[in-house]
Amino acid sequence: MTDATLKRTPRTRIGRFFDSDIWHSFIRSPLVILSAIVSIAFFAAALFAPWVAPHNPFDLASIDLLDSSLPPVWLEDGDSRFLLGTDDQGRDILSTIIYGARISLFVSLAAVFFSMVLGVTLGLISGYVGGRTDAIIMRIADVQLAFPAILIAMLIDGVVRGVLPRDLHGDIAIYVLIFAIGISGWVQYARTVRGSTLVEKNKEYVQAARVIGIGPVIILWRHVLPNVTGPVLVIATIHLAIAIITEATLSFLGVGVPPTTPSMGTLIQVGQDYLFSGEWWITIFPGIALAVLVLAINLFGDWLRDALNPKLR
Amino acid sequence: MTLLTIKGMRVEFPSRRGHVTAVQDLTLDVAPGEILGIVGESGAGKSTIGNAIIGLLEPPGEMTAGEITLQGDRIDTLTDAQKRSVRGARIGMIFQDPLTSLDPLQTVETQLIDTIRENLGVSEKEGSERAIALLDAVGIPDPAIRIKQYPHQFSGGMRQRVVIALALCGEPELIIADEPTTALDVSVQAQILDLMKGLCRDRNVGMILITHDMGVIAETADRVAVMYRGRVVETGTTEQIINHPTHEYTQSLISAVPPPGRRLARFPLVTYIEDAQERPEGLNLDTHWLGQSREYGEASDTLLDIDNLHMRFVTRGSIFPSKRLFLDAVKDVSLSIKSGEVFGLVGESGSGKSTIARMITGIYKPTSGSIRFAGQEITGLDRKEAAPMRRQMQMIFQDPFSSLNSRMRVKDIIAEPIHFHGLASSNAEAQQIVNDLLDVVGLGTQAAVKFPHEFSGGQRQRISIARALATRPRFLVCDEPTSALDVSIQAQVLNLLKDLQGELDLTMLFISHDLPVIRQMCDRVGVMRNGQLLEVAETETLFTNPQHEYTAHLLDLMPKFTGFGAQAAE
Repeated sequence: MTDATLKRTPRTRIGRFFDSDIWHSFIRSPLVILSAIVSIAFFAAALFAPWVAPHNPFDLASIDLLDSSLPPVWLEDGDSRFLLGTDDQGRDILSTIIYGARISLFVSLAAVFFSMVLGVTLGLISGYVGGRTDAIIMRIADVQLAFPAILIAMLIDGVVRGVLPRDLHGDIAIYVLIFAIGISGWVQYARTVRGSTLVEKNKEYVQAARVIGIGPVIILWRHVLPNVTGPVLVIATIHLAIAIITEATLSFLGVGVPPTTPSMGTLIQVGQDYLFSGEWWITIFPGIALAVLVLAINLFGDWLRDALNPKLR
Repeated sequence: MTLLTIKGMRVEFPSRRGHVTAVQDLTLDVAPGEILGIVGESGAGKSTIGNAIIGLLEPPGEMTAGEITLQGDRIDTLTDAQKRSVRGARIGMIFQDPLTSLDPLQTVETQLIDTIRENLGVSEKEGSERAIALLDAVGIPDPAIRIKQYPHQFSGGMRQRVVIALALCGEPELIIADEPTTALDVSVQAQILDLMKGLCRDRNVGMILITHDMGVIAETADRVAVMYRGRVVETGTTEQIINHPTHEYTQSLISAVPPPGRRLARFPLVTYIEDAQERPEGLNLDTHWLGQSREYGEASDTLLDIDNLHMRFVTRGSIFPSKRLFLDAVKDVSLSIKSGEVFGLVGESGSGKSTIARMITGIYKPTSGSIRFAGQEITGLDRKEAAPMRRQMQMIFQDPFSSLNSRMRVKDIIAEPIHFHGLASSNAEAQQIVNDLLDVVGLGTQAAVKFPHEFSGGQRQRISIARALATRPRFLVCDEPTSALDVSIQAQVLNLLKDLQGELDLTMLFISHDLPVIRQMCDRVGVMRNGQLLEVAETETLFTNPQHEYTAHLLDLMPKFTGFGAQAAE
């Protein structure tokens, strides 16, 4: 059933990637390309904020109160130095968004990574060991799922605030936030990985490894883990969007990053006080940026799920 | 008068890499009441023909040339709606897997009556009468009671009978049966084939029987078309094809079928298959890595001794012991395997053969009983203590597609046991050993850097064998090593196993459901049913003079396919 006209599979890793179905599905969907570009633009801007942003909103020397509450350039009174206008303290909105994205993305990525490591580990153990261990881990997961993720994050945040001395809050607030968001999201990973592990552990390649005499830790690490990563990647992408929203929500509510560090959430929260006094740009632009970023990541994640699992199409 | 005529059919599957031609220049015809067998190996395009006839080609596949006529009417040019009315009413389908071709949420009655009413437009009452009559005709006892049941309440064979009844609902002129007995045990297979033969004769229905199994063809078909790579290479009466094949491919295909009646020293080399590879002749054990330090301490005559081995699985757990349900997969089995012999275990699915293999190799812990390997009890050992034992026994698995980790390169797969047991002092040495092993199994060293998905089933099975040999074992457990392979590939792999067994003086436990294969491979055979070992005997004795009635029954059901080589030899 082969034909001489068939092209050969390229040998190199890069060549194979550009020949793969995933790459072909990618370059054929303009929406996905757009969402990838938007996401990458956000990540790049956040990573290189000091070079990309027109102003440094943390540099008190460059802030002038005379520039406060300027509208975007295209409106009357707009100033060409401040593309999206300024806030009540004279900080450039565009720059604060870029610096805010830096904090938001750092917190979200770290939280997703933490969630992923915890969830994948527990999922592998749960699926492979089975029995009582499995039952305990999965019941904890069930109990946690009964609470909204945001509530758990607030709970952890509140407990840590209560336990730790006040002067430490500012320094560790970000790490507490990462832990809180991370711990509220591991269940998805654990459940998915447990399911895949249950399937994989009965496959003959795992039994072959057991016949060789290899122990469970190495079997899980070398044989099972590489075969369950597909769905984890998809969950991680979609979880990233959720984590960004969660971070923004918590910061908006004032339990996230300290107000002195601008993240997407604090920007929106600061701006909403001025919403009805006419300075709508202070809150609308960070809001749009947040929505566009989350939408782009979600679209990309949806595509990734379909591309990695052709059976759904 | 022909029923179905296919002229010059060509089916193509366009893809990014160019067009794949699945079937080309196909010309066939079927007469009413005739069974036409289409035989070929996987990828030959057999199933594509069936799908093209009923208009169910998987997109993007399409018929690009040729015509199909059913009693004078062109059916390939019909619209989708018209094709729907042909399916069921004029052409019935029987699929391979009776587990998935029935709707588990509907009773058999609903499925049958709906199909009958859709195709014949009769009343509810008449539909019900016809459905019961059909179940009766396909040999289901108490049809009026069983029709109310759901598919899961039927056994595999009974379910396939329901599928046949379903295909007959629309009173079709033609039935296409795609591997109808491949998923069934031999004893059930024989009944289903008999049933299909009888139905075709009595109702004057034509049938296209698609299968890879020469035995099924020999028992059932009137005429045979042999397919190779999308083309029919030979057509003729069954007698003619089996006894006097003219095409080279048909000849090698038939000579690769293990003859049930006698034991071959080796299978004739199947030359017509593309990836037929021969390994370098002769293995010098004095210089080859596989020959080094093979002295494990001389074992006594008996290498493996199993005593009252019992395995009980919990099928429903409960904290109350009285509420637990158990399945005794292996019941008090005792047997012993001598050094250097090939011991066969044969039985139908669920008889406990594989469970025994998994207990010996340490995948399952037996409920009770003892396994002594080279005089040492191995059931109670923990993982560390068992490691030296693990090194001496390895296993080859059934499914070549799941027995290799698809994320690892072949060299890493084979090197893993070498590193684990510390058999090489350096990475370079391990790679050298991997290359030697790849040569030994006839794959060649260039295979080392590839991933498993780049290989065919038979080649993957060779990789599995190389991995099993990598610890220099003296005992090899082969669990249905060829049942997922095409018959010509099976012949190659069996040849390889035979050669290795002889050269390395391996002791083997060879598990199979296929009696002719057992006869080719084994010195002694044990017959299992429902977890019990019924009979153990020398292979020749067992095949010529079975002691247990179940063994006699199994031998009786074996396809009486002698193969064309037999005439030449006798």
